Amino acid sequence: MGAHNNYRAGTRPAPTNLILGKMNKRLIFGIMVIFIMAAVAVFAPLLATHDPVGIDLSVEARLQPPSFEHLFGTDNLGRDVFSRMVYGARISLSVGFIAVFISLVIGIFLGGISGYFGKLLDILISRFVEVMYCFPTFFLIMLVITFLGPSIINVMVVIGLTSWPGLCRIVRSQFLTLRERDFVLSAKVQGVSDLRIIFRHILPNSMAPIYVSATLSVGSAILIESALSFLGLGVQMPTPSWGNILTSGKNYIDYAWWLTFFPGIAILITVLGFNLVGEGLREKLDPRLKT
Amino acid sequence: MCPPNDDLGTHKGRPYEFIMKTYILKRLLLIVPMIIGISFIMFIIMHLAPGDPASMRYGLNPDISDSARARFNDMYELDKPVLYQYVSWMKRFVRLDFGNSFIDDKPVMAKIFSRLPATLFLQGLSLIVILCIAIPIGVIAAVKRNKPFDKITTVLVFIGYAMPSFWLALLAIYFFGFKLGWFPISGMDSWYTEYLDPFFRIKDLLWHTVLPVMATAFTGVAALSRYTRSSMIEVLNENYILTARAKGLSERRVVIVHAMKNALLPLITVMGLTLPALVSGSFIFETIFSWPGMGRLGYEAILNYDYPVVMGVGVISTFLTLFGIFIADIMYAVVDPRIRYGKRG
Repeated sequence: MGAHNNYRAGTRPAPTNLILGKMNKRLIFGIMVIFIMAAVAVFAPLLATHDPVGIDLSVEARLQPPSFEHLFGTDNLGRDVFSRMVYGARISLSVGFIAVFISLVIGIFLGGISGYFGKLLDILISRFVEVMYCFPTFFLIMLVITFLGPSIINVMVVIGLTSWPGLCRIVRSQFLTLRERDFVLSAKVQGVSDLRIIFRHILPNSMAPIYVSATLSVGSAILIESALSFLGLGVQMPTPSWGNILTSGKNYIDYAWWLTFFPGIAILITVLGFNLVGEGLREKLDPRLKT
Repeated sequence: MCPPNDDLGTHKGRPYEFIMKTYILKRLLLIVPMIIGISFIMFIIMHLAPGDPASMRYGLNPDISDSARARFNDMYELDKPVLYQYVSWMKRFVRLDFGNSFIDDKPVMAKIFSRLPATLFLQGLSLIVILCIAIPIGVIAAVKRNKPFDKITTVLVFIGYAMPSFWLALLAIYFFGFKLGWFPISGMDSWYTEYLDPFFRIKDLLWHTVLPVMATAFTGVAALSRYTRSSMIEVLNENYILTARAKGLSERRVVIVHAMKNALLPLITVMGLTLPALVSGSFIFETIFSWPGMGRLGYEAILNYDYPVVMGVGVISTFLTLFGIFIADIMYAVVDPRIRYGKRG
């Protein structure tokens, strides 16, 4: 068979199709949402129409409904809700990404050594994961935040420290199957060090489910952050976050609906975006799930 | 999927009852190290953190003398090393004594047990609502795969997953509480409830329960209907379903008797695993709806640096979660003989 047979007319995808052609609708929509939110976060100073922390207590300025001057209205301290939300996107996204980065580091490390070395180490780590699974994590997060003081750094770290067990399980099961494969055995026979096998040989081959799980975790980290801010345990005023804009709206819900409506929608859409990307990736990487 | 030809009565010559007993015992014993581990983590976090329960206790009184402060610390052994404190906490814990609250000196156990029924009532009801809504949705979506019903519910499920449920609770309060005035927005009963007949009391209670249950169950419905759908789809592709259809059974019988029975098995485990989420949710929803349950007690205790109550709520809610998962495990083992021989224990 000649080489030209591999490229029968019409079967070779056009270069752009290599990326977009294989994407499903979910993936495209999700990536668009994330891209837009990321752009909003990056260009917040350009997009904000007002000072996000500028307080104006005059009666004309407080609790104004949405208008051309204030796209999403103003809050109880006369601050422009749109500008606050634009800056809030920075908080939500950075909490999401950094928390997931922390949980990735822990999850990959613990899952990797537990799946690769097995034996006692595996039993210990698996039991620990089980403990974390059964714990009402939100209680632990509230506890830590209250006792260490609510700040954005603490929120990121705590969410990261409590959300790794799922990832750890996935990595472990990947390592359990991959460590028996021929390429790993041949690396072992050649005397490659364990660390190198873990990070250079097995890990790159087990990234697919890790990407899926990590993307989904970003969404849930954003949800946890907003719930914490909502309870007054997250990002503190005057720094705007979607959760604490919601909290300030809670007390005015009967006549200032815009204070609760817009931040909620923003959280919903952003989390939806990450979940869609996660599910889209899963569908793409695991053909069994094709519907 | 059907169990291979194995003898259900014996395993390596041991009677079936013996296997079940050791299985149950093993799962029960596992709870002990878990409680120890979890309580230790909580204890360390609380005691290593800056912040001082004595000043919370007497926080409103600037004239509190150093000796009173020292007496307080001495009474609760707060000046001893953390490990010493943990061991003495543990010693009291095995006698089920959680000590007294720092705030009002009432025994922690009494405080928790006065709040527990409200939480269990809310959670139990939510679980029932979740099951009653999610399973039919999942099954129908799987049977009518890629039809409009499936597509619409899939979109709704995605929205449900991404929904900040506390926001949903606020919207429900706004629409059903303020705008329409259909349901009360806080508490468990009306102020006049003690003047009512038992029947109206129950009605009043259920009336107060509608919004909290709705908010609590929402995410669970999304998750469980998704599991049901994918589990059903998997089962519907099995050969024994093909056989059942080839035998000429009605579609209804194939779906309900042959497919659902097998598809719903894994849901037992999934249900067990949704318990931690339900408990986590109780801390938020009980605060939003002023529900007099354990979640709100825990939230208030955390804000007040009330160590004994925090530990009590943490341990009790963890124990309930573990117990729920334990029950789910046992149920699964009873229903599905394949598990008994696996390495899951």
